[in-house]
Amino acid sequence: MGAAVTTDSELARKLIEGADGAFENFVDVYYAKLFRYSYTMCSQREDAEEVAQDTLLRVFESLNQLREPDHLKSWVFRIAKNACLMKRRKSVFAPKTEISLDELKPKRVGDDGGMRIEIADWSALPEDLALDAEMRRQLQRAVHELPDSYKSVFLLRDIEELSTGEAADVLGVTTDVVKTRLHRARLALRKSLDEYMRESRA
Amino acid sequence: MSNKRDCDRIFALLSEYLDAEAAPGDCEEIERHIAGCKPCVEFLESLKKSVRLSRAFQTQEPPPPMSDDVRASLREAYRKSLQSRSEHKT
Repeated sequence: MGAAVTTDSELARKLIEGADGAFENFVDVYYAKLFRYSYTMCSQREDAEEVAQDTLLRVFESLNQLREPDHLKSWVFRIAKNACLMKRRKSVFAPKTEISLDELKPKRVGDDGGMRIEIADWSALPEDLALDAEMRRQLQRAVHELPDSYKSVFLLRDIEELSTGEAADVLGVTTDVVKTRLHRARLALRKSLDEYMRESRA
Repeated sequence: MSNKRDCDRIFALLSEYLDAEAAPGDCEEIERHIAGCKPCVEFLESLKKSVRLSRAFQTQEPPPPMSDDVRASLREAYRKSLQSRSEHKT
């Protein structure tokens, strides 16, 4: 052994055992994760800080209830999701919005013989893909504009790297719903970046 | 070779394909279609890059430092939880 804790279930096991350093390790890793998730969901730094800290407190208070260390990540994020919902309920009324797939399709030009799509030249982006400041702002805006139910799926799947099943478990929806929302969220972000690239290179 | 209906069907499945979660039949269909459809290849590449960019973006925002008081209350909750766990065992 001797290596740093790598997986979430290892981290959970050590936490339950009361192993040396497990508390600090868990707090450091999950405080950052929970803050990032709640900040994107709530949009307010203060709210996000509170949600992240409240979630950690709830986790420690109810650690006895965690039977399966493998479920740590989805358990923690379920608590955070509910805390974010409570915050939002207090502040703004968020309407349920859906993203239509048709709006995210690229425009097609020409017929079957010489058909092409109108999108930016993504092949020109370097492989190491560094974001410039303006592109970062564009992406931030695009993430912010995603309807909550899509934003949450995007954060859990692409940022926190939960599996489809874990994300479904956190959100209380089917895996098919997670897949559909993730795809639409990704398409919306892609479209936003595409528009930015076309405008900035025009 | 490709027609719009095929492209539309493939379009709805691209994330599942990228995540290796598409059903085997769908996966074959996507690969067969893509082999003959340049616009879909181009679009898939743009989606792949966009997903990579989005992943890099979100990891930037650091949390504000946690106060000693908050850390102490978390540690106390953790201590109590461990204590009650060991009491239940014995």
